[in-house]
Amino acid sequence: MDQLTQLESLSIHILREAYANFRNLCMLWSIGKDSTVLLWLARKAFYGHVPFPLVHIDTHFKIPEMIKYRDRLTREWKLPMLYGENKAALNTKQTFPDGNADRITCCRLLKAEALKNTLNGKWPRYRFNHKAGKYQVDENTEAFTGVIVGVRSDEEGSRSKERYFSPRDGENSWDVGDQPPEFWNQFKTDFAPGTHVRVHPLLDWTETNIWEYIERESIPTVSLYYDQGSGRRYRSLGCGPCTHPVESTAKNVREIIEELQSGKFANIAERSGRAQDKEDGGGLETLRREGYM
Amino acid sequence: MAEQMNVVITGHVDHGKSTVIGRLMADTGSLPDGKLDQVKALCQRTSKPFEYAFLLDALKDEQSQGITIDAARVFFKTRKRHYIIIDAPGHIEFLKNMVTGAARAEAAFLCIDANEGIQENSRRHGYLLSMLGVRQICVLVNKMDLVHYDMRVYKTVVRKFSRFLRGINLREVPFIPVSGMQGDNIVSPSEAMPWWKGHTVLSLIDTFRKESAPLDLPLRLPVQDVYKFTALGDDRRIIAGTVAAGTLRKGDELVFYPSGKKSHVAAIENFPEGTMESAAAGMSAGFTLSEQIYVKRGDLAVRTGEKKPQTGNLMRVNLFWLGREALRRDKDYFLKVGTERVRMRLVDTNKVIDASSLNSDGMKKMVERHDVADCVIAVQRPIAFDLVEDFPQTSRFVIIDGYEIAGGGIIREVLRDKNAEYRDRVMNRNLKWDMGNITRFSRSERYGHKSALVLVGGPEDKRKIAFAKTIEEKLFESDIKVYYLGIESMMAGLDSDMAIKRDGISPDDRDEMIRRLAELSNIFVDAGIVMVAAVPNLSWEEQETILTSISPVQVITIWIGCSGDSSVNTDYVIENPEYSEKDMEAAMEMILNKGISL
Repeated sequence: MDQLTQLESLSIHILREAYANFRNLCMLWSIGKDSTVLLWLARKAFYGHVPFPLVHIDTHFKIPEMIKYRDRLTREWKLPMLYGENKAALNTKQTFPDGNADRITCCRLLKAEALKNTLNGKWPRYRFNHKAGKYQVDENTEAFTGVIVGVRSDEEGSRSKERYFSPRDGENSWDVGDQPPEFWNQFKTDFAPGTHVRVHPLLDWTETNIWEYIERESIPTVSLYYDQGSGRRYRSLGCGPCTHPVESTAKNVREIIEELQSGKFANIAERSGRAQDKEDGGGLETLRREGYM
Repeated sequence: MAEQMNVVITGHVDHGKSTVIGRLMADTGSLPDGKLDQVKALCQRTSKPFEYAFLLDALKDEQSQGITIDAARVFFKTRKRHYIIIDAPGHIEFLKNMVTGAARAEAAFLCIDANEGIQENSRRHGYLLSMLGVRQICVLVNKMDLVHYDMRVYKTVVRKFSRFLRGINLREVPFIPVSGMQGDNIVSPSEAMPWWKGHTVLSLIDTFRKESAPLDLPLRLPVQDVYKFTALGDDRRIIAGTVAAGTLRKGDELVFYPSGKKSHVAAIENFPEGTMESAAAGMSAGFTLSEQIYVKRGDLAVRTGEKKPQTGNLMRVNLFWLGREALRRDKDYFLKVGTERVRMRLVDTNKVIDASSLNSDGMKKMVERHDVADCVIAVQRPIAFDLVEDFPQTSRFVIIDGYEIAGGGIIREVLRDKNAEYRDRVMNRNLKWDMGNITRFSRSERYGHKSALVLVGGPEDKRKIAFAKTIEEKLFESDIKVYYLGIESMMAGLDSDMAIKRDGISPDDRDEMIRRLAELSNIFVDAGIVMVAAVPNLSWEEQETILTSISPVQVITIWIGCSGDSSVNTDYVIENPEYSEKDMEAAMEMILNKGISL
């Protein structure tokens, strides 16, 4: 069995374990390449269906192509799509682009806070109604007890310590020092009331694996990842004001893989275009303990 | 596509594991650009001398303590293959993290400080590696610079530790003298140790053999789930699971244990389109069956004619314990083996071993944190599994205490229990069952509900019978195909051949009557009907006989009256025999919504 098939099989196994064990399960879809691979794996695990909601946290500063792509796939693949947002912060303009917050605070408000209150059902969730062709407030406000997330251990330091099934308390906190043991494909599927479990099927994948798999499976991705003639493309996607394109002329998946393996990005960290990572030494980890993806 | 291998690095705390990995990464140019400089700059800012170990210590709290608390993974490649190097913590507090790291490894390095010598966790990690199934091990005698690269110091460690390894059946384990700090024998041969003619870490790692997937073994496929997304317009009933051993092929005749029911593989499904001819060990598969039988998560699929798995509920195991609270006999746990999850109890401890010294204590009747033990466990109902010498993959289990995985182990032997003989008979019955053309699923769909057995147990009391009859009536009013079967009717009819004495029923007769009730229930539920039966003084063994017969169809047990000294597993208890309307409603709610709804 080749490496991609091996990675694929373990990820599918994990997705199926999550589905078998959690009644209120959802999957976070950031629209980026990793969580889109995750979405593809879910369709593979459940033979074309996604039997749990996909949740997107909309900061309303996402690059517009991302939202168009999200809604196009939602329609084409008939996805059970939900989004959540921090309405209060947006209304009062407590954001970095509005000049009223620094980058980390903005991330905390628009992502971490919105995520926490969307998962626990305290803030409205908007569900795509396929018949009406638009988003409507979801009547179901039950908290999600299992949350599938597409993080990879090679992304940055703190992620290399994650478990496939990682418990979080009511405040979404992650206790890095006291994690459950995990061996022989047996995962933590029992959890106390008020806590939930993050599920990480892509932990063992590298950035190159992700692109190789996108190529092998012909998975549709956002055009922002490719150079459209300007000599620039995005390597990692996020909010417009804080995510910058990199100089690259890779026009398709194959060229991206070649660039990653032997080209100029072979030894440069993937998130180097993400401004918030540089704000303070452990900023991302602090946010991560509080629930940021 | 390049081959991939997981290698774990273990050893006692401060014996230099992270330093060895950091050095290996740096000297082979495996670090991202700027990473080395970034860490060096951080050290300068915080006025700490740079250490290679810092490269791995990405987390704040870890750096402040200066020890590895979790198994961190780093990626590394040679011309031969890609490696994931797992850095396992050496501190005893973090043994569960060491187990997590080591269990996914195919090979291991074990670091021993040449200066400090063999320590408690050097031995404990050796023992755990062997139990976890990591058979390829190389011992790195590290910090050779601190002992002036003295060959005699190295040889002493080799002699002592080899003796220990032989004791746990690990033979011909290679050793290398190294210094992670100075880079000796990590990537290139050490100039300081001209007496060493053997491998460097880098040259040795490529000699680890890739364990070939167990493709040629008999098939083992633990059923993970059964999918039927009817609401989403898909009528396929797909049995999903990861192939643990062997190869699943289209057309195979499969037997599902512990029930022993059989069917053929109609198609191995694929996405986005088409089907596959086969699925090999390690693959996540999904398939449909030609004959629709009832299969559930936890069943073990095996090919007809191949080595049968074990079934039973009493077994001898080897286990290691990680839980804060000891494993003891008076407490309920859950056992997870394959995809099965079942209530479990510790029956006896044959031997509790202190893994660090291999001293054993035959008297200790509990298994404490970090102990390794040989013991007997019992599970609530019979399950299917293998013995470790036959199929390691399907012999491994974990134990859940509360919400946590608190231990793990391997099954060595299945012990015969009271119901073993009946289980064999049921399996034989299921293998020979001559099914009509209407499946149980067609019946459920036509009737609008699943079948089930509602057992009403409790002390001998007429009110139990009244309760059962009311349940029948209420279910009937809800359009459920239901039948109340009275024990009195059984005795006057089916059981009329048995001598029923005026002063009671003999235990042997009682066993046979329960068996007949179990067989009759099996026919009822197979016919799609919800059967309600009240059994006075139902015992745990009798409940198990009934479960064995009709498995995997749901049995809903309602207990009426005092449940104080009963060991029967109940779904609902009504302590007051003068049950109220509210109790009745709750019982109905449970039967309708959790038990028989489609």
